[in-house]
Amino acid sequence: MAESKTAQSNVPEFSVSDLAFSLKKTLEETFGHVRIRGELGRVTIPRSGHLYTNLKDEDASIDAVCWKGVLSKLSIKPEEGLEVIVTGRVSSYPASSKYQIIIESMELAGEGALLKMLEERRKKLAAEGLFAPERKQKLPFLPRTIGVVTSPTGAVIRDILHRLADRFPRDVLLWPVMVQGDGAAEQIAAAINGFQTLGDHGLPRPDVLIVGRGGGSLEDLMPFNEEIVVRAVADSTIPVISAVGHETDTTLIDYVADLRAPTPTGAAEMAVPRRGDLIAQIAESEGRMVGAVNRMLSDGHNKLEARSGRLGDPAKLLEVHTQKLDHIGDKIGRIFDSYLGLKKHKLIEFSAKLRDPSNLLREAAQRLERWDDQLKALTPRIVGNFEKRLEHAEKMLEAYSFENVLQRGFAVVQKADGTLITGAEQTTLGQQVQLRFKENKSVDATIGAGANVEKPPSKPKKSKEKKTDQHSLF
Amino acid sequence: MPPRPLWLTLRGSKNRNDDEYMPAQPLEKLSFEDALTELETIVRDLETGKAPLEKSIEMYERGTALKKHCESKLRDAQAKIEKITVQQDGSVKTEPLDPEE
Repeated sequence: MAESKTAQSNVPEFSVSDLAFSLKKTLEETFGHVRIRGELGRVTIPRSGHLYTNLKDEDASIDAVCWKGVLSKLSIKPEEGLEVIVTGRVSSYPASSKYQIIIESMELAGEGALLKMLEERRKKLAAEGLFAPERKQKLPFLPRTIGVVTSPTGAVIRDILHRLADRFPRDVLLWPVMVQGDGAAEQIAAAINGFQTLGDHGLPRPDVLIVGRGGGSLEDLMPFNEEIVVRAVADSTIPVISAVGHETDTTLIDYVADLRAPTPTGAAEMAVPRRGDLIAQIAESEGRMVGAVNRMLSDGHNKLEARSGRLGDPAKLLEVHTQKLDHIGDKIGRIFDSYLGLKKHKLIEFSAKLRDPSNLLREAAQRLERWDDQLKALTPRIVGNFEKRLEHAEKMLEAYSFENVLQRGFAVVQKADGTLITGAEQTTLGQQVQLRFKENKSVDATIGAGANVEKPPSKPKKSKEKKTDQHSLF
Repeated sequence: MPPRPLWLTLRGSKNRNDDEYMPAQPLEKLSFEDALTELETIVRDLETGKAPLEKSIEMYERGTALKKHCESKLRDAQAKIEKITVQQDGSVKTEPLDPEE
């Protein structure tokens, strides 16, 4: 104790302030430029805009501050739990003599850590559904205007324009942005959002957007991993093609974009079809169309031909028939001619045989005359002959006439009807008869006894009428 | 629903069983892609010989018009390259871009 008292007296006495500022000076001189690896603790940014946090590892913790001016230039956005490497100086705050690290730059502690952070962010955004396939918009087949969000200088815009010129030159509207470093993400998001409402400014609203940058380190590509950019793309009603870095680089914008291009050149290829191909395609379509119609027409023609073939050519049909007609006509002509010839021949033959009618008449007249002469010569003979025969017949007649018998005193008995009664059996009792005497005189008589008993059927009236007839028979 | 044969849709129709035809889409209003698609449908339908001959002639004429329409769209390939500038007041303008600068 005594020693310590002595020592106490020898030690110069500092004021609190002296010590506090002395400590601050010592810390700043000794740890004026340090790199510290640690995990970020709770991050707060009050209204002043400065960032307050702490860096820690398993066993220790140091407060850290990042002044507003530095904060805005950081390539990463400090978040609690990030494994970072901080460059800065150690200093203390004399009012409480608490020391802290004043951050001058901050980077993620190795790729693994960065990728881990990105993976967590990706999961979070995916859980919100921002990357869902059903959110993807279809790219227009042939955009009129293409909006590009990238740096105005550098290879990206040049590559895009070159490839567009090769394939199908289109109007291009570039929205120039910073593609890395402080504020890049905000600019990119603002550009994407700005394109949506371009129509409000009387400018053509693009039909498709390309958001991209060339290759770079993971840190360089970080703006395209920022949530603000991812959300701007998700909200875009214009289809977005992302084209960030090289094919192997994947940033979160690639998940949310409607189409991911491996390179800016690839993005231009996706944005427009190849004009030459289209010209060829249309020419091919036209060719096929013409071919199809021609085929159809020639098919129709062939069918028509086939059917009309079966119908037969009317001219040919006619020809055949005409020929037939000619043939028959000819034949008829010849037959007729020969028939006529034959008839003519016969006519000549017959007319040769025919004699002159006047001759015939003359001959007939001569014959008639001859016959007449002969007849005249015959007449006395024929007539004389007949006269002799007539005389003879008269004599015969006279000889046989019953008149002569009557002259000799016989009479004829006749029935009332004039029929002769030649036997007694022909008589009946009381029968009226006529007795005829010579010189055609007659008397009525009645049959008395001895007559046939049976009364013959009388034929009363007719007998008298027929008497003259009967008489004329004699 | 399977696609209607083109010679039925050529004049446009509200539905499959509708006999009342509406005029075909005027060419001016047809996008390149739609015109190309219609042209290819015509080609296919003509090649399969689905349509009657008279209709085919009509389709052919439509196809020819579509082809011309597509070609005119393809000729229209003048590119205008511009960049956006945002003014102080937030308004947006364009100015020519020379990417080689």
